[in-house]
This record gives sequence, C-alpha cells and structure tokens, in this order.
Amino acid sequence: MHAPPYTTVVGLEVHVQLLTQTKLFCGCSTRFGAPPNTQTCPICVGMPGTLPVMNRRAFELALRTAVALNCQIAPFTKWDRKQYYYPDLPKGYQISQFDLPFSFDGYLEINDAKGRFEPKRVGIIRAHLEEDAGKSMHDEQAGEADSKIDLNRAGTPLLEIVSQPDMRSPLEAAAYLDALKLLLTYLGVSDCNMQEGSLRVDANVNLHVNTPDGHVVPTPIVEIKNMNSFRAVERALAYEAQRQYEVWTETGQRLGDVPKQTRGWDDVENITRAQRHKEESSDYRYFPDPDLAPVTVAAEQVEAVKSALGELPADLRHRLELTYNISPYDSDVIVNRGRALVDYYLEVAELSGDGKLASNWVTQDVLRELKDRKLAIDEFPLRPPALAELLKKVQAGDLDTTRGREVFLQMLDTGKPAAAVMAELGIEKVDESALVALCQELVAANPKLVADVKSGKLQAAGAFVGQAKKKNPNVNPGRVREICLELIGRM
Amino acid sequence: MSLVELTATELLAELASGRASAVEATRAFIDRIEAGDQSVGAFLRFDPQPALEQARQIDQRRKKGERLGRLAGLPVAVKDLLCSRGERTTCASQMLENFVAPYDATVVARLKAADAVLIGRTNLDEFAMGGSTENSAFQKTRNPWNLDCIPGGSSGGAAACVAASMAPLSIGTDTGGSIRQPAALCGVTGLKPTYGRVSRFGLVAFASSLDQIGPIARTAQDAALLLEVIAGHDPLDSTSVNRPAPQYSQTVRQPLAGLTLGLVREHFGEGLESEVETAVRQAVAVYESLGAKVKEISLPHSKYGVAAYYIIAPSEASSNLARYDGVHYGYRTDEKAMQAELAAERDRAASAGAEAVESLDSPLVRLYRRSRAEGFGAEVKRRIILGTYALSAGYSDKYYLKALKVRRLIRQDFDRAFQQVDLIVGPVTTSPAFKIGDKVNDPLAMYLVDLYTVSANLAGIGGIAFPCGFSSSGLPIGLQLQAPPLEEDRLLRACHMYQQATDWHQRRPDFGF
Repeated sequence: MHAPPYTTVVGLEVHVQLLTQTKLFCGCSTRFGAPPNTQTCPICVGMPGTLPVMNRRAFELALRTAVALNCQIAPFTKWDRKQYYYPDLPKGYQISQFDLPFSFDGYLEINDAKGRFEPKRVGIIRAHLEEDAGKSMHDEQAGEADSKIDLNRAGTPLLEIVSQPDMRSPLEAAAYLDALKLLLTYLGVSDCNMQEGSLRVDANVNLHVNTPDGHVVPTPIVEIKNMNSFRAVERALAYEAQRQYEVWTETGQRLGDVPKQTRGWDDVENITRAQRHKEESSDYRYFPDPDLAPVTVAAEQVEAVKSALGELPADLRHRLELTYNISPYDSDVIVNRGRALVDYYLEVAELSGDGKLASNWVTQDVLRELKDRKLAIDEFPLRPPALAELLKKVQAGDLDTTRGREVFLQMLDTGKPAAAVMAELGIEKVDESALVALCQELVAANPKLVADVKSGKLQAAGAFVGQAKKKNPNVNPGRVREICLELIGRM
Repeated sequence: MSLVELTATELLAELASGRASAVEATRAFIDRIEAGDQSVGAFLRFDPQPALEQARQIDQRRKKGERLGRLAGLPVAVKDLLCSRGERTTCASQMLENFVAPYDATVVARLKAADAVLIGRTNLDEFAMGGSTENSAFQKTRNPWNLDCIPGGSSGGAAACVAASMAPLSIGTDTGGSIRQPAALCGVTGLKPTYGRVSRFGLVAFASSLDQIGPIARTAQDAALLLEVIAGHDPLDSTSVNRPAPQYSQTVRQPLAGLTLGLVREHFGEGLESEVETAVRQAVAVYESLGAKVKEISLPHSKYGVAAYYIIAPSEASSNLARYDGVHYGYRTDEKAMQAELAAERDRAASAGAEAVESLDSPLVRLYRRSRAEGFGAEVKRRIILGTYALSAGYSDKYYLKALKVRRLIRQDFDRAFQQVDLIVGPVTTSPAFKIGDKVNDPLAMYLVDLYTVSANLAGIGGIAFPCGFSSSGLPIGLQLQAPPLEEDRLLRACHMYQQATDWHQRRPDFGF
C-alpha cells in the first residue's frame, strides 16, 4: 500500500474556559450546571447602562498560560468589540481582543512516546482573552416552538489559543491537544472538560498534494467545528483529509479558488457536513471598547509569572529521565497522568533509592490498581513510604517480583506494612549457606539435568529453580539459577 | 417669595433651618409642574406621590435629629437616560418605552443617598441624539423663554425645567454639548465635567468615550452643590477617575486671582450671529473688569471637531445600540404579523425559484429588522447607519481611525492652549434658540449646533455654560468656559465671579404661569 500523495496540514483554534470564581466582566459565578439564567446579572445580560469591569484573576490566569506557552507578552493590550447579532449574545457584541492580543508568537512542544512522529514545536500565533456567549437551545422542529437562551455562560472568561498550521497529521493534532490539555492542567488554569464546554476545538485543515509532475499544490482550507472530544478531532481530520483529496481529484480546486468553507463534524455518521455560512456575518466591525481601560503589563510582572510557573511537563520529563534514568516512555506515562502522580513517583523513587524500579512499579502496578479501583492517586491507600519499603526489600532480593506483587496487594487491602505482610505470608530471606546447600542437594539428585546443562541446554537450569521453589518458596529464583550453574560448571 | 424662586443653595438653607419643610418644597415644585408643564413639556413622567412620600420621610428624620444627606429635601429632576431601580427608563425611545431598570445608576444612587427628592424624569432627544429635543419619541419640549422655540438638546427637558422653576436642580448628560447647549438656550447654568469625573454606570450609553453626566442649575453655587454629590470614583465604571472629588460648594465663592482667559480665534468666524458675539465680548470685558487678562489663542484643529465627532459618536452608538434587538428586553415587533409577512413572501418567492427562497430573511433576522425599524426613530437610525458604515471593513481606516487621529490633535490643541491660559472663554452656540421645526429636515444644520461644544467631549475636558445676555427677541445667550482636565473647581469659581458681577442668571422667563 502506498502512502497517500499528500500531506495533511492542520492548525487548531482552542477555546479554554479559565478557572475563575466569577465572570470576566462582572461578579456572577461561573459554576457549571446551575438552572438556566440563574447566574446572571444586569451586566452579563447586557442591560442598558451597565458597564464591564475586568476580572484581574482571569487576566492573571491568561498571562500564566501565555508565558507557559512561550509567548511574547504585549506591554500594552486593549479590549475590542466584535460585533454580530445572535440571541445568545446579549449586547450585540462580544468583548474580545483584535489587533493587540495580550500575547503572541509562542510555541508548544509535541512528541510521541511511541515514536510515530518526530518531536516538534507547534507555533502559537496568539492567545487572547474574551468573554463567552450564552447557550442557545433550539427547538428541533424549527418554527414549532421558541428557541431558549441560557445566559449563565455569557461572560465566562475564555482564552483563545490559535496555533500555526504546523501539524502534519491527525495524530500530531491529537498530540498537540494532549500536550496543551496537560499543560493547562499543570498550570491549574482550566479543568479542560470538553463535555462541559470548558475546552472547545476548531480545526483548520487542507492538503499539500504532491502532483505527478513534482509540484506541491495546496487545497482550499476548511474549518471544522462541533468536535466534542480529542478522538473526534482525530477522526474528523482523517475523514476530512480523505474527503478533500477526493474533491481535489475530482475538481482540481486549489487554495484561493473557493471561499473558506465551514464544516461540522457529525460524530454519529462519522462525516463532516458543510454548514450554511452567510457572507455578511464576516464583517465584525471591531473597534476598541470604550468602556474598558487598556491593560499594561510590566516586564517585571512577566518575570514574576515566569518564576512562579513551577515545573512544566516538558521540564519534568527531562528531569525524570536524567535523574532516575528511566525511559522516555515511562517518563511520559508518569508525567501525562498529572502532577499528583509525578509527586507520588518522586517520593517512591527518593525513599527507595531506585528510580527505575519505582518507575516500573508505579507505571504498572500502581496505575493498574488505580484503574481497577477507580481511584485518584491521592486517594490511593498505599502511600509512597510503604511502597518504597516494599521496593527496598525487592531490591535486596528478600522477595522476587511475583511474591512482591502478592505482598503489594495484601498491603493495599490490609493497610499493613511490607514486613508484617511478609511475615504473615512466611516470606523470609533464605540465607546464602542454606541456599548453597539446597542447590548442592538438587544438583546431586538430578544427574540428567546436569548432563543437559553441560551439553549446552542452559534452559534446563529452570527446572532447578522450580524444584527449589517447591522445597522453599522463599528462595530467590535468580540466585538459585546462578548457584546451580556455578556448581555444574565446577563439576 | 415662593419656594420655587429660590436657588437650591437658598432653599437648602430654608430646609436646614426648618423655615421650610421638604414636603412644602416638593409640593411647591409639584404645583409649579402641574400648572406649567403642559406648556413646556419638560417632564416625560412625574409622579407626585412617591416624591411627597420621600419628602415626608426626610422631614420626619430631620425632626428626629437623624443625620441627613447633602441634598436633604431638595427636589432634583433626572434626565430619562439614567436607570433608577424599579422605574421606567425610556431614553425617550419607543424601544425602551416599557423598560424597567432592575438597578440604580451610580448617580441616582448617590442622589438617593444624599436624600434628594427625585421629582421626575425629563425629556430628551431619543437616546440623547439631537440638539433640540425634537427627536423625543414621546413629546416636544418648549423653551420657557419662547414656547415656539426649542429648548436645545439633548438635555432639553433638564434645562427647561430649571429655567421654568419646576426644579431647582437637574441632572443632564453631555456627549457633544447636550448639557451646555440647552443650558445656554434656556438661560441656566450647566456643567459638563471632565470625562471620568462622574460615573457613567447606569447611564444608558450613546457614545461611551464621550458621554458625561453633569449638573444643570441656576447658579454656579447650585451646580457646585449638585456636582459634589454626584462626582467621585466608582469601581463599577472602569473609566471613572480614581481621585476624590473636591468639595466644590466650599470653594465656589472664592474668586480666582490673576486669571488668564483664552479667546479662541477660530470661534469668531463665519456663522456666529452678531448678537451672540457682542454678548460674549461684553462678558469677556466683565472678566477684564474683575482683573482677568485676556489672550488670543488658536485651536487649529477645532474646525474638524464636528466632522470627527459625527464619525466617533455614531460609531460607538451603532455598537451600544446593537443590544436593542427585540430579543431580551424592550420593543419587539408583532410576531404574528411578522410570520404572516414572511409566509406571504415565501409563497411569492416559491414561484420565482429556489434562489429567491434562499435569499429570504430567516425569522430571527426578520425579527431584528422589524423590531429595530419600528422601535427606533429616524435620527437614531441615521446615526446607527452612519456608525455601522464608518466601522465597516475597508472604511474604518478612512473614517473611524482618521477621526481618532483628529481627536488626538484636538486634545493636543487644548493641552497647548492651557499652557498659556487658565480657561478658554467663548460662545456656546452660534445663535439663540431657533424655532421648533426649523431644522428637522436639515440634519447637517442640526449637527452644526454642536460646533463650539464637541471639542470638549473629544478632548475629555470640562466646560460650563451660563447666561451672559439676551437677544433682541428676548432669548438667552450663553457663555462657555472650558478648563484643563479635572479643573471643575476653576470653572465653577470663574462662573460664580461672573454671576456676582451680573444678574443675567437671575432673570426668569414669563410663559404665563
């Protein structure tokens, strides 16, 4: 099968609701799920005579995000009115930022632990703050009943993050979204809940088609909306690339031949559909909002934000790999689960003195149990000191991994420390001389096996381990094997 | 002497000393309104009962020796452009005919806290757009000095009610001259404060970067009293100045020594009627006799003021008035009629083919169109169209952004001028009040009414207008003083100096009551 003769080019626009207590320009709560229109006031419903006052906290959260996205921060930024008519936009304009966004020219690093694409930087064109609109609930049979408007969301602070068209596959787009969500979660600026609409994604996609005569032709850009999960974004982009290639084969339309199209993703049918797009809606008649003062940001303020950022996912991965010598895959697994798991891992690694062993146990056993028991890491009964105690014993050869797992599960269920569980299970370290005596006994009793080993069938040594475990379940299998081979070698 | 003939300051002294009660004062003005407002039409609504009830409570509290507000018992009229909790605020527009605000404008809250008696709501040009109050959707207001003439606008009712002794104090708003021009044409004292000196919260916006609320009164002293109650920082208005307001009424009587007045060369050009020019020059002579020096200065960009104003103000208005769309509150078109209209169009279009059907309005768009077409008056629609055009893609550089540049130049002109002079003195209008109906069909002539006043709004500085003479036909002529930002105190003191030396401000119209 040939690779398709085109590259998919993707840029993403992400709207993120910031985790503020109150709205961007009034004191109403931003809590999700309240009965319709109960979290409103004259300001956010746009009553005559009301005026907006900027929520400083929202600006701080936005600033923090932009700095973490390596953006330039504008020393002077202002608010603009974006004007259009819609029933869920009570003022007839949205307060947004047009030509002087508070941040621009940043980047986000993406990589794939499985190595399906090369690590790269995705450029951030700009990130700006704006207020959200309300929600319209339309009657299914148009004209049969009234549409309903809920303005609880109107005025909630939104950060719009616009990427460069730097992604070259649906996979890269999904990786960008994962990385962005992780970053926002680490920063604590958004809960990124797509179901509740606190993270929304629109994608711009087109193809660079390689023609047989060696040219690269860009196809018209399509904007995709209505994707309600990262998985949906990936699927929509894959569908759209295929569709655009078919359209190109049929019509030969290039970028610029037709106006930009907006298509909606249908998650049930797994297709995109053209949305009705009215020409006249495109002139938003932006102008500076005279009700709001421009915001100035001093260089010292940016520095202060920078130094207060804390360790971000990329730095953390790097540190884990360097300090504890764990694989990029493992560091990815740990870091991607969020700061709380990282802290758990770090404590286990430090207390046990073996970062690699800690990583194996955390990424396999701990994560498996978290999943099975539907727990968050801070609810996990086995705390780092207890786990580290167990790992020390495993490391010292007091018990093997299999027995270690038994102990781990018992510790989890009973809350008892490793030593107590081991005593109950009768696990104790077999001392070296007893071990040697046992091995000598086994070697003497199994001439056939000895002959096999001598003739080069090293796997026959496994049978000694099995027999040893039957006689004493506490023996260290690795050590039994070693001693037996050594004894046979001397024969 | 009747209580309605007193200045607010005098009346306050009567109330404080117990020689008059708040109920008596309120009753006197109510009687005056009931007798005379059928001729003048200054009030859109006035409701004697709540006003009297409020006055009664103030009298009771006074008797008990309670601490009372700064304006305790003084009736104050409010332009029907400021929200007052639980009351209608119409903006003289059909669009908001039944709009009841669920909150108080900051200025209204401050008046209530000062124990002013809110006596009624005064008429205006719809959404404050106009210079004659003829654009009110509900009624005409007549000039008490000549009932055939306009009172000026947009605060026509606010100025006329003070001139006609129907209120000792009233609240106006000024976007391009809407306090100063009607004050001049009605022979009263009106002050437009520096932008940001008085909170705009609760003032229904016309042009947000230009709108200011200010006092209209008979004297500088009365204006000082009202300004000190309404001025000051407001956390609800991001554009309000974060500096405490001075106690204007404490300083207003102190004369200004060594005053230098600037006479603007460009103010005495074409269009200025000779009677107005004579009165202004005589007023300047009065100041000279009081020790002031006069300097001729130039505001070279003032000639572009009206043009820039009529881009910026409509641009902001087109945005501010977008919310009146028939969806959330305010006027909505008859939906049944609208649906019927659309259905008929759909039938006609069906025979013309699919494209004709496609091009029809959606019901939502038609709801917007009809509600706005029916709810707004002609002048408001004219300005919305102007502003929408000036902000459109491809035109905003040529119009809106250009106008902003002119605005900066005008501000620079003032900055330079105030390096040389303390105050700028000149006319308020080119002529006294004109006849009702004279300019309704000539919007451009109507816009030029703002010639001498718009610059202060564009520059954000304060200005005061007060009477300095009368025309041969007996109409008041106004004088304007303009000051550097936040120098309201200087404006009031200079005005008071003049009013101590002259008696134009004491003359009252006789319109038959």
